[in-house]
Amino acid sequence: MIRVDNLSKTFDKFTAVKGISFEVGQGEIFAFLGPNGAGKTTTIKMLTTLLKPTSGTVELDGLDPWKKQNEARQRFGIVFQDPSLDAEQTAYENMELHGVLYHVPRKVRTIRIEQLLKTFELWERKDDYVKTFSGGMKRRLEIARGFLHTPKILFLDEPTLGLDPQSRNQLWTHVKNLNAAEKTTVFLTTHYMDEADRVAHRIAIMDHGTIVAQGTSAQLKEQTGKESLEGAFLALTGTSLRDEAASSKDQMRQFAAAFRGNRGGR
Amino acid sequence: MAAIYILWLRELKRYVRSRVQIVVSLGQPTLYLLALGFGFGPVFQKAGQGNYLQFMAPGVVGMTVLFSSVFSGIAMLFDRQFGFLKETLVAPVPRIYIMIGRTLGGATVAMIQGGLILIFCLIAGFRPQHWFAIPAAYLFVAMIAIVFAALGTSIGSVIQDMQGFQLVMNFLVLPIFFLSGALYPLTNLPKVMTWITHADPLAYGVDGLRGVLISTWKFGFQMDLMVLTILAVVFLSAGAWLFSRIQL
Repeated sequence: MIRVDNLSKTFDKFTAVKGISFEVGQGEIFAFLGPNGAGKTTTIKMLTTLLKPTSGTVELDGLDPWKKQNEARQRFGIVFQDPSLDAEQTAYENMELHGVLYHVPRKVRTIRIEQLLKTFELWERKDDYVKTFSGGMKRRLEIARGFLHTPKILFLDEPTLGLDPQSRNQLWTHVKNLNAAEKTTVFLTTHYMDEADRVAHRIAIMDHGTIVAQGTSAQLKEQTGKESLEGAFLALTGTSLRDEAASSKDQMRQFAAAFRGNRGGR
Repeated sequence: MAAIYILWLRELKRYVRSRVQIVVSLGQPTLYLLALGFGFGPVFQKAGQGNYLQFMAPGVVGMTVLFSSVFSGIAMLFDRQFGFLKETLVAPVPRIYIMIGRTLGGATVAMIQGGLILIFCLIAGFRPQHWFAIPAAYLFVAMIAIVFAALGTSIGSVIQDMQGFQLVMNFLVLPIFFLSGALYPLTNLPKVMTWITHADPLAYGVDGLRGVLISTWKFGFQMDLMVLTILAVVFLSAGAWLFSRIQL
């Protein structure tokens, strides 16, 4: 369902992704792990038409997502690392907007929105503005939205970041159930090794722009001689800390929030 | 088409729901209208130019539409920052539809704002030459709204942070407003200033509004409409191109 061959991305002088290759079969749950800055999000962006690869090929359901953008986009859903909801609209309106953009016929849309909002326990709050939602509810809504157009592939980029154990647990249960019911291929990244261990059929570990190991959780543990996936992960990627370059973006957020406040809270 | 509609509708919903914003964004033009309109009135009258409120009301309408429409485009910055932009960028819809939906939504909001401020002007004592002039003036309100919403979308596709936003506001939008002839006649100006004002897109919009409403023309109806139409095409094309190139 996903085929990546020798994929690379270079920004100016920095190479974020260095010629990675992997395949994900239909209906598989594939976890993509790696420390901060390993190139996971860059890879997801290239897979989802948001970033043009420097070299290499990507195939989603047999399509080149850069050449057949709209056909490819119709086939996948994505839950980004950062929120991507419209906070000024209600949960239902967010779903509706997504359904329209993804050409889901009105009848199907109505049925599926209700069904998904009920599955993710948001139906009672469907007419509330998203800005009143908790972090967990927003995440659930984003995942429900990702499933709305019955994608063949669902990308989840650190979907459980900042959620409490209850929400995380519940979220993965829903994802697993929908994966089983709709045969959706799931491509996920996470920093929680227990989650990857629990839900993923196969795992790839990325570090410094390359894939350092891939296989089932058992295979990775065996390969490294560790008892836990976390142990295997640390054995493969080392224990040194990675730099994160997010501070300017955070500053910007604060500024934007202050600015909006001045204008009377858009 | 459905995609254009739903994004247009989103802009409108956001506008209608933020009542505080409506009041706030109408505050500034109202201040201009009252403070400058009545403040400069006596000087203007002494100079033999007639009633200043009559003169500047069309300019204030133009200003309202300018700020509202440019801002709606640049508000893309917030969608970028708060993430919603990504949702539309990965949608299986040609980017140009997304861009058109957003731009038309912003333009519609600007037209509503322009209409509201026109009503304010009427309350403050502004009188058009004929009541039928108001629908004709709306043609120019719409043109200004589309031109600058498209410009806003173009800029919004390029700038990524608040510094860029401030830069655009101070070095593009404010000069466009001050040099448009909204507040003073564009006659007998120093030569350099004349050239600059002739290059100001809003000058043609304000001239159109003023001409239709109180029959004071500088460039003339056809010229105004032609320049605005060309600019609308140029900015819409530029916006579509720049928007289609956004990578995250």
